[in-house]
Amino acid sequence: MKFLHLVLANLGRHKRRTFLTTASVALALFLFASLRTVVTTLAATAQFGSARRLVSDNATGIVFPLPLSYANKLRAVPGVQAVSWANWFGGRYGDNKRFFAQFAVDPESYLEMYPEISVPEDQKQAFFREKSSALIGRRLVDVFGWHLGQDVTIQGTIFPGDWTFTVRGIYTPTDASINDDMLLFRHDYFEERLGRPGVAGWYVVRIDNPEHAAGIAKTIDDQFRNSSAATKTGTEQAFNASFATMWGNVSLLMGTIGFAVVFAILLVTANAMMMSARERTREVAILKTIGFTDRTLFGMVMLEAAGIALTGAAIGLGGAKLLYQATNFNAAGFLPGFDVTAETLVLGAAIALLLMLASGLVPAVRAARLPVVQALRRVE
Amino acid sequence: MPLVEIREVNKSFQRGSEKIEVFTGLTLDVDEGSFTALMGPSGSGKSTLLNLVAGLDRPTQGTVRVAGAEVSSMTPGQLAPWRARHIGFVFQQLNLLPVLTAYQNVELPLLLTRLSRKERDERIRIALALVGLEDRMLHYPRQLSGGQEQRVSIARAVVADPTLVLLDEPTGQLDARSSEDVLQLLRRLNEEFKKTIIIVTHDVHAAESARTVLHLDKGRLIERQGAAV
Amino acid sequence: MKIPLIYNARSVLQRPVSTALTALGIGLVVAVFIGMLALANGFRAALRRTGSDQNALVLRRGADSELSSGIDRATASILAASPHVATGPDGRPMVSPEVYVLIPLSRRGADTTSVANVVVRGIGEAAWKVRSNLQIVAGAPPKSGRAEVCVGTKMALRFPGTDVGQMLRFGGRDWTVVCQFTAGGSAFESEIWGENEQFMPVFRGEVFQSVSFRLRDPAAFEEAKRALESDQRLTVDVHRESQFYAEQSQVLGRILEILAFLITSIMAVVAVFGAVNTMYAAVAARGPEIAVLLTLGFHPRSVLLSFLIESALIALVGGVIGILLALPINGIVTSTTNWASFSEIAFSFRVTPGLLMAGLAFAAVMGTLGGFFPAWRAARMPVVQALR
Repeated sequence: MKFLHLVLANLGRHKRRTFLTTASVALALFLFASLRTVVTTLAATAQFGSARRLVSDNATGIVFPLPLSYANKLRAVPGVQAVSWANWFGGRYGDNKRFFAQFAVDPESYLEMYPEISVPEDQKQAFFREKSSALIGRRLVDVFGWHLGQDVTIQGTIFPGDWTFTVRGIYTPTDASINDDMLLFRHDYFEERLGRPGVAGWYVVRIDNPEHAAGIAKTIDDQFRNSSAATKTGTEQAFNASFATMWGNVSLLMGTIGFAVVFAILLVTANAMMMSARERTREVAILKTIGFTDRTLFGMVMLEAAGIALTGAAIGLGGAKLLYQATNFNAAGFLPGFDVTAETLVLGAAIALLLMLASGLVPAVRAARLPVVQALRRVE
Repeated sequence: MPLVEIREVNKSFQRGSEKIEVFTGLTLDVDEGSFTALMGPSGSGKSTLLNLVAGLDRPTQGTVRVAGAEVSSMTPGQLAPWRARHIGFVFQQLNLLPVLTAYQNVELPLLLTRLSRKERDERIRIALALVGLEDRMLHYPRQLSGGQEQRVSIARAVVADPTLVLLDEPTGQLDARSSEDVLQLLRRLNEEFKKTIIIVTHDVHAAESARTVLHLDKGRLIERQGAAV
Repeated sequence: MKIPLIYNARSVLQRPVSTALTALGIGLVVAVFIGMLALANGFRAALRRTGSDQNALVLRRGADSELSSGIDRATASILAASPHVATGPDGRPMVSPEVYVLIPLSRRGADTTSVANVVVRGIGEAAWKVRSNLQIVAGAPPKSGRAEVCVGTKMALRFPGTDVGQMLRFGGRDWTVVCQFTAGGSAFESEIWGENEQFMPVFRGEVFQSVSFRLRDPAAFEEAKRALESDQRLTVDVHRESQFYAEQSQVLGRILEILAFLITSIMAVVAVFGAVNTMYAAVAARGPEIAVLLTLGFHPRSVLLSFLIESALIALVGGVIGILLALPINGIVTSTTNWASFSEIAFSFRVTPGLLMAGLAFAAVMGTLGGFFPAWRAARMPVVQALR
């Protein structure tokens, strides 16, 4: 476009205004991308879970335990390949400003159940060997500065007292669905400390074929329906999905704010474009006198609007994507795998385009339609 | 004692990479009660000279004294109240604030004094009557003709009874009839009310109303006509 | 103010579209500000109202929520006999031992994966008098020995099967809903209440989760706390009820507030940039007017102030727009899971006059910030340049 330098000159004439408007677009789209990513991340966590794992918890409620004797019975169910269990510990560490999950697990079966929890072999063996040992997620090393061999003391809330574990392994999740900030310790140590027979918070079973999931779940629940503790079994995905809904109507909240944000930048950009347009009447007239066509002038104004909108979008959307990736942001564990999706980027770009049209159209049409004589007569 | 003393004034300013010298070593006096016209071709520095007298601009070198005060060395903070008290200024155009009525425009200088509302009202009416526009008090500038606007501007310039009235091309945008009205007004201000007036103009006819005419060319005083009374 | 305000007011009206757009932008920021803080406010208020200054709440030592606590009957008896417990008009101690569990229930109209953990609280007769702000608005309290429950009105709104006469199923049993109650908007309104003795065999056996009692002398709370916590027969923590529940709202309340500030800060920058643009354009367009004012002898400071006030004025209009946009939100009920107690709590958005004032102040700050540099430029404009 050989008139590009004219467009750039126009943008450069009011550098401050161009900068402020572009920065506004960038900030607003950054915010939009961030808000939308909260929604997409929560939706993604609802998809977490292996198709070959089922979770059984107490039908009365997740806060109620299941007897350990169920383990053998579960193993005997046709289609079940492996069984493990875990207990929510719910302790506090230090000033409790940074929450992280702690579970008492059956070491061998749990790690076998979750190959996504990747631990170096020697550390794994140490965990199997030492009763009061613990595995920690890689992120806890960053957050608390813990290291191998360190003693960590947790204050129990459900199970009172000070519980001290020695860090013998640091795990790295190989899948986003596994939190990278858990602390896993041994069930036998848990039982021993409690001084009473152990229980399971919930069971995880691996099945032979995902297509059998519904059938196997039903078999399990039927088996325990009339026992002391009835079970409710479902796919791991359903189990995770139910946690995602606990936040309530987050998507509505984020959506409303997102809308307000987009609307606000629309106002700012449109305002800026209009101001430029008003000041440029004389110039447009002169260009037309020289021989520039109406269409060219229309294009030049639209290009100016596009320049601002698209530059702002690139900075804002790109900035969001890069920032969250580079800082490995996960909202202190509440939003694991926080990453701006391609869909969000496309949506953001679409908003930028909309912005360009909405803010540029009226001034562009005006410039195209401006009668030369009238413009030259105006005292500016 | 002259009212205005300009001594060895140099004034230059930058236009891009060029340095433009407007005056070099300019020296002149303006007496109290005089009606002086500054004439000269464009670029001769006459408007700049007016601005220096009003303290709106500062010489690169030299001094400007007005009514005993060394205006050229006062700070903007000091110049503001000084100007409010001593100077009435009329530009060629765009003198009036478009969103205020004629009455409110004329009132502006009085807001800088301690006069009560009643006292202000009195003076505004007198000023507007002086310029013959009392009946247009509540009109907005866009409802007035060019000549009427200028006359309201003059009313504003004199309402606070300043020491000096300065006008930059007051008739530049006006037709012959309106120009005559304005010039007649100025003559009356000078003869009847003894106001010291300096106007900048390139209009020979306007200069005829003055009693002293100073010709400037390329920043130098080249001629002086008329009696210094 | 030397330069008449009417000059600013009328000048603003001269550029209606620009002013409107700027004001609207600021209005949106104020609306989001008020809305989000009203959300945090509502949440905190609901929890604050749950506890009373006159009551003490006893949990097992180290427990951080009612859920993780366990108090046996013996402990409950010892507490009931304590001299720190107030006596009711019927001569009985005003003490309420309670069972506290969470059950999964599907919300109204949502698919079955949308489960909420609802609080089921076991109570005795004393609970209705000891706990605060309670009022039965439909039906009658559960009769002893029957599988009957009472539900809070907010809970009734959001879950099916909760009208008086209907049946709820949980814990492997069917329960008849015999009444609905309000609790001054507090967390209790999101709960299901029933008789302790009915719940114990179904859930956790012969153990309470908490004991709540009216202090004989609310001012002597510290003394009561010390006495009970040092009692060798007990292993308990004693909390002032109001403080305990307020603390339960800390984490989520803080998160909501931080989110509010983060989001509105970014939006505010956008709105301020918009104001800056508008004001710069205004100053540029009004160069000749500024020249006139300075020439007349108005101090540059007065010019600065004048434009600052103009900007703040536009912003205040925006603030009022924001308030009007946000007001309708007041009282809307929403729900979330309070992570501190893992339980579902429904609460209303709460817009307070303080919040509205804060919104206006915020608007004024945005306007002043946005107008500052343009106003500065106006004041420092050399008259000669302003005339061009």
